Amino acid sequence: MSIGTFDSSNLDAGQKVAVKYFSVAIVLFVAQILFGLLAGIQFIAPDFLYNVLDFNVNRMVHINAMIVWMLFGFIGSVYWLVEDESGVPLVGAKLANLNFWIFTTAVVVVVLVYLFVQVGPGTQSSIWLINEGREYIEAPRWADIGIVVCMLIFFYNVAATFMKGKWSGISGVLVLDLVALAGLYLAGMFFTANISMDQYWWWWVIHLWVEATWEVLVGCIMAWGLMKTLGARRKIVTTWLYIEVALMFGSGILGLGHHYFWIGTPEYWFTIGGFFSALEPIPLVAMVVHAVYDSGVHRFRNGNHPALAWLIAHAFGNFFGAGVWGFMHTLPQINLYTHGTQWTASHGHLAFFGAYATIIIAVMYLAVQKWRGGVWMSGDMPGNGWKWKWSFALLNIGVVGMTVALLIAGYEQSFIERALEGSTWAGYFAGQTQPWFIQGMEWRMLFGWVTAAGIVLLVWDLATIGRGETRTAINPAVSGEPATAAA
Amino acid sequence: MSTTPWWASEDLWRKWAIWITAFMLVILIFLTFDSVAKITAGSDRVPGYDVINKRIYYTFNAERNMEEPVIGGDAPLFGKMYTPEEAEALVTLGKLTTQAKNCMNCHTLLGNGAYYAPDLTKAWLDQGWGAESVREQLMVSFLMDPTANARTYGTGRRMPQLGITEEEARGVVAFLKWMSAIDTNGFPKGFKPIQQEAMP
Ligand code: HEC
Ligand code: HEM
Ligand code: HEM
Ligand SMILES: [Fe+2]
Repeated sequence: MSIGTFDSSNLDAGQKVAVKYFSVAIVLFVAQILFGLLAGIQFIAPDFLYNVLDFNVNRMVHINAMIVWMLFGFIGSVYWLVEDESGVPLVGAKLANLNFWIFTTAVVVVVLVYLFVQVGPGTQSSIWLINEGREYIEAPRWADIGIVVCMLIFFYNVAATFMKGKWSGISGVLVLDLVALAGLYLAGMFFTANISMDQYWWWWVIHLWVEATWEVLVGCIMAWGLMKTLGARRKIVTTWLYIEVALMFGSGILGLGHHYFWIGTPEYWFTIGGFFSALEPIPLVAMVVHAVYDSGVHRFRNGNHPALAWLIAHAFGNFFGAGVWGFMHTLPQINLYTHGTQWTASHGHLAFFGAYATIIIAVMYLAVQKWRGGVWMSGDMPGNGWKWKWSFALLNIGVVGMTVALLIAGYEQSFIERALEGSTWAGYFAGQTQPWFIQGMEWRMLFGWVTAAGIVLLVWDLATIGRGETRTAINPAVSGEPATAAA
Repeated sequence: MSTTPWWASEDLWRKWAIWITAFMLVILIFLTFDSVAKITAGSDRVPGYDVINKRIYYTFNAERNMEEPVIGGDAPLFGKMYTPEEAEALVTLGKLTTQAKNCMNCHTLLGNGAYYAPDLTKAWLDQGWGAESVREQLMVSFLMDPTANARTYGTGRRMPQLGITEEEARGVVAFLKWMSAIDTNGFPKGFKPIQQEAMP
């Protein structure tokens, strides 16, 4: 045990695995931003890397790195809390470590193939070995199978640990949700020539991940996080978690229908998809109320300021990015014009960042705190904590700025290309050449650089915060145990 | 605090969470059976692959208040009439090519994908191909060499060389023709199609 330095004897076995996942997650987060920048530049300077590293390759790495770093972040978060929540040491720690290395190696191989092979001939072997060409789940089929195996091993670790120790409301929801999350991935693992059928099942993976199972997973992490940072009472956070599950699955499962307006599926989805997806913001409001109320009750007295700031950013980001930005284009009357335009990109950025990047960053701050021996991370940090504050500000301002720029471009695109020009080849470019569209792309780039500056600071801060600190953290009273306690 | 009001009871909400989730799942599964039947190739909304032998055009349906696809008379693709099996094989080659070349990380299909290049849902019917008589050949040439055939409408945004062979290009054209016959509930709205040379 030592304080102020990264010392793995400060961590329990699950947490040792967790910090490995977090480290890879951060590297992939940086990769996501780098390739986002390249893709963004190509909108403004289309000759940039033409026929070398084309837009589709950059975009694929951008969004696939995002999915994988977030999955790594979630897996890390669950390993982080499993011993604390179950009360017993991780079952199968050796296997967990081996699994981590296999998973990481597979990810590296997949990315190298994306970058250096890029595309293949129109054969089955291309989608088995190179890429599947389906947004977000581009990983070739061999890797899909690998991911499923790795998820099963992860699941074994978690479920077996809870089974040996004690169950709680949070762990019960968590384990069931993980089953659903992994099971859904199977819906994306087949080939069909029928594009309508393809999209039907593709949305099962994408929508039922981000608007159902991922939301509930972060709900569990949030419940646990509020107990840890603020000392919120277990009974209260558990009840809230059940309310969130009821509202989120109650609206989000049939909300899937908002993707079934235009892909060949029957017209009844207009009503079902429009209605249920319009209800989806309700649980997100509930989460904001929950987080802010709890923080207020505990007078923001907490042992980890950066983590709490990111948890609150999560509550608001989730509400605005998913709830408000999602609602804006979810009714079929509006979606007819906004479908597949920069509107969608605007929503996609704010939602993924606001709902998921934020909360993973919060857990990472909890992790580095304990890794350094439960150091002080409240007010009065060296340099007044300027690094975490600036990276927090730059990342949030950067993403919100990009979101607004894309929204303006999206409005313009919907009017010109969709409403006036009827979405032809020429109509598409009529939209893309409007001055306000072009300016939107330029502002997105500017705020993209702001975001990039934020991530550089974030990495620096995570690596250095608490170094040489000698004070131990505040114990947020009530049920929250001191962060220094060894498990 | 032993007096938790009934509406804040943990037990009550656990039960609601389970029942609501189960109920919604059952409805989704039920609707999925129905939808899957209605989007199987060969149904009313999603035609069989041999639709590539036919002329495809759109008319306005006042009752639905949207454009809907109409399958017209014979219009052989690349001068050939395909059996259902041949048609399926050709469209399958085209679909595999779109995945292997990662078209959807630049284009949208049925409005899903990326926003760097035009939506391809009705690319087969696009005015950009000029006349029906030259369309097929223009499409194949474009796919095989998008640099030389670039238009870009003043943006300089060109499609890259993806190493598409002539066989694959024909598959892609068949796939695009078939996709343009899917009933997409009027998306994209107000699409202005290519001039039909001889309306049936
Ligand atoms: C790197 C991005 C990129 C990729 C990948 C890409 N395209 Fe394109 N595509 C474009 C751009 C940009 C244009 C507009 C080119 C122009 O106007 O010269 C275009 C134009 C087209 C057009 C004509 C536009 C229309 O509305 O009919 C078709 C058809 C097309 N692409 C099909 C495909 C197919 C099929 C694939 C995959 C095999 C593909 N593209 C892959 C960027 C891409
Ligand atoms: C955290 C939760 C959410 C995330 C991460 C998220 C993310 C995304 C992304 C990335 C897309 C684009 C998918 C593509 O590439 O085609 C998308 C589409 C969409 N989202 Fe969300 N979303 C979330 C929640 C919501 C909610 C709550 C609503 C509605 C109230 C909503 C409404 C929509 C709609 C209507 C589309 C389709 C856009 C189109 O037609 O092009 N989303 N979402
Ligand atoms: C440096 C900052 C960034 C830049 C320049 C950038 C740029 C881009 C570009 C150019 C695209 C392609 C959009 C299109 O197809 O037209 C894209 C897509 C996307 N990016 Fe980013 N990005 C950045 C950061 C982020 C962050 C931080 C997130 C989330 C955590 C994110 C999530 C996404 C998603 C989900 C999509 C797919 C959107 C959709 O299909 O609707 N990006 N980004
Ligand atoms: Fe959705």
